[in-house]
Amino acid sequence: MSDDPTTAARTPDRHAADGPVADGHGLVVDGHQVAAPVARRVGAQALAEVRTVLRNGEQLVITLVLPLLILVALTRTTFVDLGPGDRVELVVPGVLALAVMSTAFTSQAIATGFDRRNGVLRLLATTPLGRGGLVAGKVLGVVALELLQLTVLAGAALALGWRPDVAGVPGALLALLLGTAAFTSLALLVAGLLRAEAVLAVANLLWVLLLAGGGVVLPVSMLPGPLGDVAALLPSGALGEALRAALGGDGLPIVPLVVLAAWTAVLSALVARTFRWS
Amino acid sequence: MPHLDFPLVPPAPSPRVAVAVDGLVKRYGRTEVVHGVDLAAPAGAITALLGPNGAGKTTTVECCEGLRRPDAGRVRVLGLDPVRDARHLRPRVGVMLQDGGLPSTVPAGEALRHVAAMYARPRDLGELGERLGLGSFTRTQVRRLSGGQRQRLALAAAVVGRPDVVFLDEPSAGMDPQARLAVWDLVRELREAGTSIVLTTHQIAEAEALADHVVVVDDGRVIAAGTTAELVGAHDVLRVVVRPTTDDDAPSLTAALADAGRPAEVRSAPSAVPGTLEVVAAADPALVHAVTGWAAGRGALVTSLSAGERTLEDVFLDLTGRRLR
Repeated sequence: MSDDPTTAARTPDRHAADGPVADGHGLVVDGHQVAAPVARRVGAQALAEVRTVLRNGEQLVITLVLPLLILVALTRTTFVDLGPGDRVELVVPGVLALAVMSTAFTSQAIATGFDRRNGVLRLLATTPLGRGGLVAGKVLGVVALELLQLTVLAGAALALGWRPDVAGVPGALLALLLGTAAFTSLALLVAGLLRAEAVLAVANLLWVLLLAGGGVVLPVSMLPGPLGDVAALLPSGALGEALRAALGGDGLPIVPLVVLAAWTAVLSALVARTFRWS
Repeated sequence: MPHLDFPLVPPAPSPRVAVAVDGLVKRYGRTEVVHGVDLAAPAGAITALLGPNGAGKTTTVECCEGLRRPDAGRVRVLGLDPVRDARHLRPRVGVMLQDGGLPSTVPAGEALRHVAAMYARPRDLGELGERLGLGSFTRTQVRRLSGGQRQRLALAAAVVGRPDVVFLDEPSAGMDPQARLAVWDLVRELREAGTSIVLTTHQIAEAEALADHVVVVDDGRVIAAGTTAELVGAHDVLRVVVRPTTDDDAPSLTAALADAGRPAEVRSAPSAVPGTLEVVAAADPALVHAVTGWAAGRGALVTSLSAGERTLEDVFLDLTGRRLR
């Protein structure tokens, strides 16, 4: 058994290895010509991710309907005491942060958790898409969904009288980007470790807990003492504070952005170590 | 090991080997599930990994697909390393997983279209759908499909990219006979087109009907390999069951046949029916007469007597001494 029966073993050169098996039945021997171009593969994956969310009622509720309801409810009613400031100016950045959390974390964690259980991640990893393309497609899908959310929510906010500080938009975009990275990493951490049903529970529970006390919609200054201090250091609070500061004309929110970057670094490193594809 | 009549890994019929596995070892945690598997799947042929559930077939195939890293040994698919050369190999390899691998909330047709989008020249989806009878459920969500429908969809996804090598893990599990025949026809047609196919099965009938080359795996080891004909051997056998049975039936019958001028090898077959004897010889009236005469002389009743070729099941029982789990 020491003799390897393959010709390729004797000629490990890749091009030589391509020859003997693939010829003779009209197939293109170079793998690159058999696979679709990388942009089309990743684009197809991103589109599939978007379609899955849009088709799924629960996902649509958590990513679009609830943020919209919260936006309208908090700005048009006074059930929740938001202090003396302008309600719209306070609420809109928080709702945008909530939208990011819904898509990048809750929705992505659930989708990935179930795809993992159903073997979808493993099957796609064997196609030309590969694991790298799968992750790229997911990130692109999240960004595409967020653009849709931003369009709808910012449109509604403008109609409700929102007048953001235009100079703060680049800072806000940076915060959205870092928040997306941090929450997507958290989603993959949960989805890659737990059973699908547990992912479902954790992803929804965290969403509710962070909405209530994580400094997303309600500023950390309005939370009771120690909770506010903790919330400011959570990705949720950091994203909410960063958007409120940037869009409210308070300049570049350095501290929250650093917090988000740190969470991204830690969480993505954990994902790389712990993610299980099956 | 009960028999060494045939080599564990036969010499490849030609240097064209699509999948070569040498000394593959795979552990999950501390449990070693594959203990040094060797196999060579010829190019353009159907190779079946036959063995009971838990034999290590899926783990072996997953190492070939690049989904698992071997702990020891060497795996080559089309001469390439499935892990290191994944980028070059993936476009040329089609995979059907045992658990499907298609998203549950997506309509069947869309799931197949999505996999097809990964390839430059996918097969025509309409033609493929018709071949496998997918038409009736393209709009049905994957989670609402029957087991057989899901298997057919997964098979379509495995071949849609016109792969050079296809790995099928239990391709006809959960299928009704019609669907199974459709799948077998498609697999044979792939072979005619030059595709190399490696499939796992725990059904002897499937391996016998479909495979050019059978690798029998049990308890993480290859216990036999070869073409079906090589494994089964060219021998005709006469199967005899007598009542009552005694321990010296086989030597006694051997001696009786020699006395009758018809010397032949006789052995106790580890069959489902205890006391089955196999006489390795072509049956003819004189041989049958000699056998029944021997039984009558011992005061034993011949309860069953059949002539024919050995089957893969006989071989498997010889090798393992038991039925497939």
